[in-house]
Amino acid sequence: MTTNLVLAITIGGLFAAGVYLMLSRNLIRVILGFLLAGHSVNLLLLSTGGSGSPPIVGEPNNGEPMADPIPQALILTSIVISLAVSTFLFAMAYRNYILTRDPEIDDVLEPDEFADAEAGAGDE
Amino acid sequence: MTWLLPMAIILPITGTALTLVASRRPRVQRAISVTVLSIQLVVELVMLLQVGRDGPLVMHIGGWTAPLGVTLVADELAAFMLVVSTIVSLAVLVYGISQGIADREVGPEVPISIFHPTFLILVTGVSNAFIAGDLFNLFVSFEILLTASYVLLTSGGTRERLRAGAPYIVVSLLSSLIFLSAIAMIYAATGTVNMADLSGKLAALPEGIVAVLQALLLVAFGVKAAVFPMSAWLPDSYPSAPAPVTAVFAGLLTKVGIYAIIRVQTLLFPTGSYATLLMIAALLTMVVGILGAISQSGIKRMLSFTLISHIGYMLFGVALGSETGLSAAIYYVAHHILVQTALFLAVGLIERVAGTTVLARLGGLAAASPVLAILFFIPAMNLAGVPPLSGFLGKVGLFEAGIEDGRVLALILVIGGALTSLLTLYAIIRVWGRAFWRPVPEVSGAGAESDALQTESGRSLAVRRRVQRDSQRRRASEEASHLPMGMVGATTAVVAVGLLLTVAAGPIYGIAEKAGASLSDRSVYVNAVLGSGVPAPPGSTVNQGETDGSTSTDGSTGGGG
Repeated sequence: MTTNLVLAITIGGLFAAGVYLMLSRNLIRVILGFLLAGHSVNLLLLSTGGSGSPPIVGEPNNGEPMADPIPQALILTSIVISLAVSTFLFAMAYRNYILTRDPEIDDVLEPDEFADAEAGAGDE
Repeated sequence: MTWLLPMAIILPITGTALTLVASRRPRVQRAISVTVLSIQLVVELVMLLQVGRDGPLVMHIGGWTAPLGVTLVADELAAFMLVVSTIVSLAVLVYGISQGIADREVGPEVPISIFHPTFLILVTGVSNAFIAGDLFNLFVSFEILLTASYVLLTSGGTRERLRAGAPYIVVSLLSSLIFLSAIAMIYAATGTVNMADLSGKLAALPEGIVAVLQALLLVAFGVKAAVFPMSAWLPDSYPSAPAPVTAVFAGLLTKVGIYAIIRVQTLLFPTGSYATLLMIAALLTMVVGILGAISQSGIKRMLSFTLISHIGYMLFGVALGSETGLSAAIYYVAHHILVQTALFLAVGLIERVAGTTVLARLGGLAAASPVLAILFFIPAMNLAGVPPLSGFLGKVGLFEAGIEDGRVLALILVIGGALTSLLTLYAIIRVWGRAFWRPVPEVSGAGAESDALQTESGRSLAVRRRVQRDSQRRRASEEASHLPMGMVGATTAVVAVGLLLTVAAGPIYGIAEKAGASLSDRSVYVNAVLGSGVPAPPGSTVNQGETDGSTSTDGSTGGGG
């Protein structure tokens, strides 16, 4: 198997775009970024396997070597995980939108101890 | 007895299903989850004894032998971590239940109907991580526990929790993607994800490729373990979760990351590459973490920073790579799980008694609730490493290993560790002195008060503050008199087990030493996994031939790329 340059560039580009989007404060962008980066890793997994006939034992394969089934199994698992996580992220984005009417995560709101600390410091 | 092994996963995941079915019957849910975790604890104790006697337990799921199928392995380290983590989970569960009952199971604090299933999923993920025999299974267990942790961290869905949860989730997702990429590249280079198999195959690879793979794995686990340059997410997210959730996160999640680092460093990359980098990271984690802790004004954030800081000690032990270093690190992990959980549980009690965890507003707690004072004081001193408690023993073990190592950097780390220990004591005493020993704070000093009295608004402000203070004092003594039994009991249990680590230091350090020894000699693990002759199912021979064929081609591609 030779290195597939197009595939390599696609994987790298998707990962970069995904990470860039995930750094945003907008939750929808985070979700899109996660999906892009997730797909790039799936492609990376796929590219490790090598091509061939379907990996089914007992299937006639005309002398062609079988494709490696393990990366495919790994990708399936990883897709299922992405599904669960993105479902959660969508629920979270929706909840955030309900609370703030804004797709972005609040940045003004600080954790309790911070806000109180400033008030407390003034008192002392 | 290998059938015990999957029980550590089957029990909590079955419990998850049952508690989901019983989501409208809180009492049934409680009974199920407590029963399940209790049985799990017993099973894991038996497992620990078994492993100590006969060596690692190995199970090939579905009869598919090692490099192909999913393998579960429990050596001394895994069994020990399982027992400690289940003790903590059980205590936190009881604490959470008790808090939920006390809050009449309503309100956003702990939405009880999803708390139980999610918590059990978290336990499943943690247990699975400890007994995973291959990297991909480790990845899956990370995802299981992380997804559960997202739900627990944002439970209630308030603005503040979403705000605290978002960075945590993004950072975790990124680290998971890095981990998965690392797995893909390792598979491309070697054609296997089984850790025992990898330990042989990685050695045959060119040095540069191994370095890249190791770096990817260390970054992925470093984020999870909150090692210094990658630790900023932790104090930002943990403090805003409900007390039991923070406690279990602080106790277990970062330690799973440390466990993964230990496993990978000893089993896959035993050559000691990156040791210098790890030592520097350990030093920075310790020092920067504790400096952060000192500057905090709230107890929860302070404890989150000490959590990061003390990760440095464990990393130190791992970086040394010697048998004594690893044993000390393992003992320290167990100690730190128990102590940090106990402290966060105690802080939950403080919040309940005083209504706040901000140091400027706390005071007089030792008088209001002596029990609480003891429950905070013991683990706090333990964390700081005051002799003869287990924190002291762990640190002495690490320092001995560091001096034995003899490298200049190791000696610097010993000094850094001692300094961190002293600064931890300072940070803890600061909390103790303010929250427990001083009287309820005069919200403004006498001088400021007389100044304030000059103006009309200032006078009303002073009056308002006095009223507030009185009500706070009343509330504290009132709350302290009826703290829920379960919360106090669970905290006491964790503190007591922490003390057991001191009292029974001999045998428990013995377990850690044995675990360290078996980590240093990886042939034990490898032989147990690859050598155990479970007959392969029919048809697998064909498959094995195919995979071996693709392995060699993949290996050559990896080498060429």
